[in-house]
Amino acid sequence: MATRCQFENNNDVGVFAKLTNAYCLIALGGAENFYSVFEAELADHIPVVKTSVAGTRLVGRLTVGNRNGLLLPNTTSDQELQHIRNSLPDEVVVQRIDERLSALGNCIATNDYVALIHPDIDKETEEIVADVLGVEVFRQTVAGNVLVGSYSSFSNQGGLVHPKTSIEDLDELSSLLQVPLVAGTVNRGSDVVGAGLVVNDWTAFCGMDTTATELSVIESVFKLRDAQPSAIVNDMRASLIDSMV
Amino acid sequence: MAFHAPAAHDGQAVFQLPQTQGHVLCCLCGTSIAPNPSNMCVNCIRSQVDITEGIQKQVTVLWCKDCNRYLQPPKHWVRAELESKELLTFCLKRIKGLQKVKLVDAGFIWTEPHSKRLKVKALIQAEVMNGAILQQGFVVEFVVENHMCMDCTRANTNANTWTACVQVRQHVPHKRTFLFLEQLILKHNADAQCVKINDIHEGVDFFFGHRAHGLKLIDFLQSVVPARFRHDKQLVSHDTHTSSYNYKYTFSVEIAPVCKDDLVCLPPKLSSSLGGLGPLVLVTRVTNAMTLTDPTNLRSTAMDAATYWRTPFRAQMSARALVEYVVLDIEPLEQAGGGWGGGGGGNSRFSLAEATVARASDFGRNDTTYFTRTHLGHVLHPGDMCWGYDLANANSVGLDFEAHVNRGGSVPDVILVRKSYEEKRRRRGRQQRVWKLKRLDMEPEGERSGRNEAADEADRERFMEELEEDADMRARVNLYRDGDAAGAVQPPQQQQQQQQGAAAAAAAAAAAAAAERRDIGSDDDDDDGEGLPTVPLDELLDDLEAMGLGDGAGDGAGDTGDEEMEED
Repeated sequence: MATRCQFENNNDVGVFAKLTNAYCLIALGGAENFYSVFEAELADHIPVVKTSVAGTRLVGRLTVGNRNGLLLPNTTSDQELQHIRNSLPDEVVVQRIDERLSALGNCIATNDYVALIHPDIDKETEEIVADVLGVEVFRQTVAGNVLVGSYSSFSNQGGLVHPKTSIEDLDELSSLLQVPLVAGTVNRGSDVVGAGLVVNDWTAFCGMDTTATELSVIESVFKLRDAQPSAIVNDMRASLIDSMV
Repeated sequence: MAFHAPAAHDGQAVFQLPQTQGHVLCCLCGTSIAPNPSNMCVNCIRSQVDITEGIQKQVTVLWCKDCNRYLQPPKHWVRAELESKELLTFCLKRIKGLQKVKLVDAGFIWTEPHSKRLKVKALIQAEVMNGAILQQGFVVEFVVENHMCMDCTRANTNANTWTACVQVRQHVPHKRTFLFLEQLILKHNADAQCVKINDIHEGVDFFFGHRAHGLKLIDFLQSVVPARFRHDKQLVSHDTHTSSYNYKYTFSVEIAPVCKDDLVCLPPKLSSSLGGLGPLVLVTRVTNAMTLTDPTNLRSTAMDAATYWRTPFRAQMSARALVEYVVLDIEPLEQAGGGWGGGGGGNSRFSLAEATVARASDFGRNDTTYFTRTHLGHVLHPGDMCWGYDLANANSVGLDFEAHVNRGGSVPDVILVRKSYEEKRRRRGRQQRVWKLKRLDMEPEGERSGRNEAADEADRERFMEELEEDADMRARVNLYRDGDAAGAVQPPQQQQQQQQGAAAAAAAAAAAAAAERRDIGSDDDDDDGEGLPTVPLDELLDDLEAMGLGDGAGDGAGDTGDEEMEED
């Protein structure tokens, strides 16, 4: 299910939260409301960590991560790094990287298998992304925008990209990511999909302004209708059994 | 995936991927639309935002019934017809909030004229939500409320209300200057703001609602006649609270009492300051400056109003004293370069001649002849009649004149002024003019001492003759074709055609008639009317009111008129 929420009256939840299949980072806010929405949905399955990054609340925009790892910008303080390391499961690799384009969340979009990165990102960073997150890395743009993290949002099930993305680009990205993609909007017509939406394989959070139509698009493309954390296990089990048989 | 053929560009092959615009779902209704800045379909945007919000939909305008003007706050009144461009401009200006959006189109929706409602349909564009431009039409209703404007209120409370009065005076015994001024005023529409015009002794009074209008007329007068003015004001009322004063202004404009054809004896000082001009000179032309010409040597000077009013002088002799002469002999004086005298006063309008003349009244009674120099060498021929001043027999007074005589200055016996067409006019008989003049709507004021209708009529007749004789003067006024008299004479081309058509028979008849006329008539070559100055028909303007109906009637009358002329 996709959930609508707001961070201190701001609809850009993707700025203040980072959601993966293995953990969730939430900005330290004045009100507990935002956190409690996430906690209610996720606490049973994955750790929900309240943290700041580089002293700011822009957790979602500054970090990038997936089930396998988490990359933090070099502005992250040691305390924050330590706090995050302590809070996340041991199998998640947390690494701070020296990258000029320090808003990693804006420049990198990833799921558990594939990452799209800003065309200008360093070669070293690209290698670190591939190693730490365990993904295939592609330098790409979304609808002519280099900030792939801002204008796209995808999980292992599907993805939502900038509404102006042409059909050809959509096909190309979809073949790279190996998931179905759709061009769409969040927050009542906003095209900054990455900022308006955080999503993992079984749940999504979007801004309060998101309309029913947008929500239904999100739910269908991310296959959230009947998604449960356990459903994946069942799916996998079924496929495992299939492959074994 | 399909690729475009590589386009050779600076030796590099550039591959261009064709871009097909996809569709997104409208974020509100879910219909599939091409992505736009707001990512909403047009209908949803319409339902979401109203760009006409904040724009007044009902406006009250104040309208003065009497003068059909609308109040443009704070206190300007705009004249506008219903459904006119001006009214639309006015209405759009009155809508508050319209400045914030872009107006694309506007027009009136027809409303019953008595409904006191104006409806304006406006189409506006505005930027909404992330730069999408929305266009929307709406109707603004204007409620027209009656509100009498200050001018009308004042006019209604007292019809004869005026705040400024321009009293134009010229102290001469005739009104020709004013007749000319009347035509100038009409031509330049200088009387547009006049409340009332009074025709009074030796002048005309113009009344105005505003002081500025009066000043405007004075400016106009000063540009056409040598005039000076003084102004006075009378306090009508005074409000101590607002310290506003209400005055009535009176401007007294005096026109120099020197007219065309007047003989002037210049004061000695003025004469010497003009390089020894005159001192006996003729006024040959009066505009805002007057042209003085010495008939004995053709020197002339233009004297502007300021110079005149520094040393004002009066006419030594004026048109009333003119005596008719017969030119017995005339001898042109050839001068190198056409000029005479050292003052650079060469004058191409005239040519100097020596003339022997006799008074027309003496003609056939005695043999008194006069020998004089005249500036009319170019128009006078032996046998012609002309007007002149008889200085030999005149009882001339005047300080300047006496000073001139006492100093031993020469005084010619006769000074010829202009050619006379009197005899020819008499011979031709009284024929209706083909042109007419417009008249100002003047009220005669009180009883007119010393003047009567006959004198007025004579002045008027003389003025019209003057117009016929003087093309310069004619050029400054508007002459209108006289619809009633149009039959008498036709435009030249038309006449020519008809004459060609009538050809042989007519020609024979005309020849016979001409021969006959010569037998009966005069010893000179002139037919009646020929040589008489007339106004060329192409100088005439069609009267506006006559233009509509005059054409057909004029043609019909023209045919008969032409025949009559030939039979004559």
